[in-house]
Amino acid sequence: MRLGHGPMTPVPHRVVGRREETKDVMTLSVAPLADRPMVFRPGQFNMLTAFGVGEVAISVSSAPGEAGPLRHCLRDVGPVTHALCRARVGDLIGVRGPFGTDWGIGDLDRSGGGDIVVVAGGIGLAPLRGAVEQLVREGTGRIFLIIGAREPAQVIFADDLRAWAEAGAEVAVTVDVAPAGWGGHVGVVTSLLGGSRFDPARADAMVCGPEIMMRLTARALIDRGVDPARIRVSLERNMQCGVGWCGHCQLGPLLLCRDGPILPYAGAVAHLLTERER
Amino acid sequence: MRVGEAAVIDPRGLDELIRLLGDLGYETKGPVVRDGAIMPGAVRGVEDLPAGYQDEQAPGHYRLRRGEGDSLFAWAVGPGSWKAEMFSPTEELWRALVHGDDVSITEPESPVAPLAIIGARPCELAAMAVLDRVLADSAVPDPHYVARREGAFVVAAECGHPAATCFCTSMGTGPGVESGFDLALSELNDAGGHRFVLRVGTERGADVLARLSVAAATVDDLAARNQMVSRAAGAVHRQLANEGLPALLARNQEHPRWDEVAERCLACGNCTLVCPTCFCSDVRDTSDLSGEVRRGRVWASCFDLDHSYLHGGSVRTSVSSRYRQWLTHKLSTWWDQFGTSGCIGCGRCIAWCPVGIDITEEAAAIRETDGAVHAATARGVGPR
Repeated sequence: MRLGHGPMTPVPHRVVGRREETKDVMTLSVAPLADRPMVFRPGQFNMLTAFGVGEVAISVSSAPGEAGPLRHCLRDVGPVTHALCRARVGDLIGVRGPFGTDWGIGDLDRSGGGDIVVVAGGIGLAPLRGAVEQLVREGTGRIFLIIGAREPAQVIFADDLRAWAEAGAEVAVTVDVAPAGWGGHVGVVTSLLGGSRFDPARADAMVCGPEIMMRLTARALIDRGVDPARIRVSLERNMQCGVGWCGHCQLGPLLLCRDGPILPYAGAVAHLLTERER
Repeated sequence: MRVGEAAVIDPRGLDELIRLLGDLGYETKGPVVRDGAIMPGAVRGVEDLPAGYQDEQAPGHYRLRRGEGDSLFAWAVGPGSWKAEMFSPTEELWRALVHGDDVSITEPESPVAPLAIIGARPCELAAMAVLDRVLADSAVPDPHYVARREGAFVVAAECGHPAATCFCTSMGTGPGVESGFDLALSELNDAGGHRFVLRVGTERGADVLARLSVAAATVDDLAARNQMVSRAAGAVHRQLANEGLPALLARNQEHPRWDEVAERCLACGNCTLVCPTCFCSDVRDTSDLSGEVRRGRVWASCFDLDHSYLHGGSVRTSVSSRYRQWLTHKLSTWWDQFGTSGCIGCGRCIAWCPVGIDITEEAAAIRETDGAVHAATARGVGPR
């Protein structure tokens, strides 16, 4: 086998596990054929290749140091994600990365025992999973998870949510559409923010979901007194290279593959999210 | 002859220089007449250069005419920039063969012959410097670009005949040039005869020149060159007002002018194709029945609807938002991303726009009514 070495050349990985999170969301576990396992930070993404179909940007959803292979959680929305979601154990896919910024949990000042507020909409929990897993494992400070989904069957990482709750994290789930028998909360994620018992003066927030959800969540957090500079969001645009060449991931002054995807809400991002068609 | 010094050569001397570069193993390319325009092409000697041709340019207008004289560089710029030689419109990135349990991936070999560019305009050298920042100075350099760029030998040609679409003087990119070349030509065709002042920009340039027998430029030659450049500068009438421009555009995202220009803009992407700094690309896979899979890169345009495609649809669906993306990237956010303007004032986007949209006019219009907002935003309709 000959492996390429250019920055656009993927490293072959074998699918070693697959788990259906929902009917159209799949977690793929992959291991490199020859190279050593990738070193990454939570929030970063990889470019995944379905050979002969194409390549897509998918965040890493495992945590650094977590036992087991590299995990990516993706939704079947287009030709490439469809091919990847259909990959069987033993199949080969290509992986390039990791790219972009991370949640910066290593930089958080946890000495004062500040709270962590994690707000995720739907598959927005995927890029947050590694960060939460790491924070729960480190066990410093309180963690508040607010998870929104279209319906209960769309909640991903249900086992993790249970494990994190058992480890002391406060986990709240809300849905848009409730089937008969749903005893939980119904409403958008911001409706749970008001009642969450985190201390806004000492909180760091990590938010990932649709843009409108992130914007409204950030505003609700700020309204509760969270410092805008301590709110991080994960942004998304079309990505085709991951290394700053292709120009597709521009969001105003930002190249999201290079300057993002994880960015502080304060400043440029807060403004950009209010402008149409950026 | 050392760096900073100048020789003078006649057209035969230029011919010898081009042939020498070919003998040294360079693939020599320069301006040639093709399809009614000055285009980059193979140049083996002076006979391939566009002797006697002049261009006439205006918004949405380009005509090439054969004039009276025998000057080789009596035109401004054609639609084809040197970008295509460094950053190829199509590039194979790798090919792979997946067979059962294994996959073999191979990358293409680097180009064989280094390139010698004959007659790149000062604005085009500025464009190469801009592309260097994007593709060579990035945290992950593009090896394809770097391979062609680093090996390239650049013979500049100062501009004596700017077009009506040129605005290099306001961008500080011409018509003269002081750096970024191995050798620089300044064509003089006056009572003193048809000759070229040839200045040395690099040691590599000096080494090449040392292989030719050339005379040092006289004081008169140098004075004539200075006069040519200043006369050309005086002939550049179009200007882009740069003062505070990045911030001006950043704060006018909801200006009504974007909708007005969108009524004329066809979103054809011509401006991005002729622009010597536009660098967007698509990454595409192809496969066939052989089982081999190829991944390539092709030029892309922010005017294409697919450019901003995310699952579920494109971010920039209106032409207004796509024109705004192009112009504000060029003149404003390029500074944020790469520490320079993305515009070098060549005027190609003006001449080759089928409806004659003028980037300098659009920027000026926004400056004139700084702070205006289009009606829908003013009414509070939209994402706010």
